[in-house]
Amino acid sequence: MRRRLEPYLWLLFSGGGVVAALTLPVLVLLFGVLMPLGVVAWPSAAHLRALVDAPLVRGAVVVALTLCLFHAAHRIRFTSEELLGLRRWDALVAVLCYGAAVAGGVTAITLLF
Amino acid sequence: MTTARPPGHEEARPYVRPRDRWWFARRRSLAVFVLRELTSVLVAWTVAYLLLLLGAVADGTTERFAALAARPWMVALNVLALAATAFHAVTFLNLAPKATVVRLDGWRVPAWMIQGGNHTAWLAVSALLAYLVLRSS
Amino acid sequence: MAAETIRLDVARYRPEEDAEPVLQSYEVPLRPDWAVLDGLAHIKDHLDGTLSFRWSCRMGICGSCGMDVDGEPRLTCGTFLAEYGAGPVRIEPLKGFPVIRDLVVDIDGFLAKLSSVRPWLVREGEEPPLTAEYAQTPAQLDAYKQYSMCINCMLCYSACPVYVLDPDFLGPAAIALAQRYNLDSRDMDDRFDVLNLEEAVWGCTFVGDCTRVCPKHVDPAEAIQRYKVTAALRSVLPWSGR
Ligand code: SF4
Ligand code: FES
Repeated sequence: MRRRLEPYLWLLFSGGGVVAALTLPVLVLLFGVLMPLGVVAWPSAAHLRALVDAPLVRGAVVVALTLCLFHAAHRIRFTSEELLGLRRWDALVAVLCYGAAVAGGVTAITLLF
Repeated sequence: MTTARPPGHEEARPYVRPRDRWWFARRRSLAVFVLRELTSVLVAWTVAYLLLLLGAVADGTTERFAALAARPWMVALNVLALAATAFHAVTFLNLAPKATVVRLDGWRVPAWMIQGGNHTAWLAVSALLAYLVLRSS
Repeated sequence: MAAETIRLDVARYRPEEDAEPVLQSYEVPLRPDWAVLDGLAHIKDHLDGTLSFRWSCRMGICGSCGMDVDGEPRLTCGTFLAEYGAGPVRIEPLKGFPVIRDLVVDIDGFLAKLSSVRPWLVREGEEPPLTAEYAQTPAQLDAYKQYSMCINCMLCYSACPVYVLDPDFLGPAAIALAQRYNLDSRDMDDRFDVLNLEEAVWGCTFVGDCTRVCPKHVDPAEAIQRYKVTAALRSVLPWSGR
């Protein structure tokens, strides 16, 4: 049995897809649309800080956001190759896409810890 | 020198169609597929936006963040992100039963049940997150 | 009264004279019980004997009459002319395959892919008598039956943008065929190393059009997704069986 990288990337993509599906619509609805439009009030800064206070919550936020980024990176990799005919450059495209996801994950860690 | 060959015995010269740049515009199903995949760009944007928010919370600059978030172009972008993430959620949760064939005692759990469960979970998680964010504020 | 007719715009490619396929129009009778294939046969028998196309069973079983009809891969023996109203109907060779002549495409690559997944029952360590039987329960038959309905018509390849952009992609029917044997209780082979590849299951982006066009409801997209899960689990849990 020969190991390959692809199944692991696919697992990250799938896990990220689930997390993104379950969490992102409501978050962007609240923080991106309803609060800026004044439909619901912004929570106080203290309340927001308290929300991500527990280390366990912070860890979960980092993992969730990183998974979402891997999901996006995987799709952007394949879609850009299919739309633009970049199949030959797959290795480079893959490094750029997943690299950006890793960078985003590191950013999340530095912001929260 | 070329010798004429009888019909049907010419050199084989198969015709290979050139790459079709507009393949995704040829069929509705392909256009929907590409739209589904492109939601990922706005998924990435949504994560970036949430990271900005987390940064503002950490630095205590939530006021500035709220002002930025209220700019019309930002609201427009986030409305688009809302549409894209919702489309992603619907398509992703609907496709899940293709990958997970659940058999109970020889009986295959029908796709609509798995999909129904997925959408219920989506609703529950959304309600929980909304409650956590909005309570007592 | 003049009988009703319909115009067929048929792709012609004669390698000895054409640099690329050109459309040629023919008027054929429009009969309610005529399939596209009957229209082509009418052309060949009465209008132009030089037209080349493949067919055999005329009943959706042999899988040799697949063509691109008005932009959709279809079995021409199962697609009725009446579906296209007043016409015209554009008939082209299946997209994604090299064209040998007119509507005949080169299927060698496809056949090589099929045999690469070892599509037969593999048994190990036994020398059974020729009369031996391997009984299966209905549930065991059910586990793979859907994937055994494939007639190798290649419509799914023609509909698959991943395959059309990258002819090395193992593709829907071959992976469904591998699953047909993987899920068979009598089979003892392990096809992990031919399926766990970027050009095999991991090349698939789940467009799903293979399943949409399949005339036999094989659902190759599902076969591929299921093997992705199998291969991923096996990659994470090295001890898990197949
Ligand atoms: S899976 Fe369906 S479409 Fe593909 S070759 Fe088999 S019968 Fe034809
Ligand atoms: S002629 Fe056999 S499937 Fe159409």
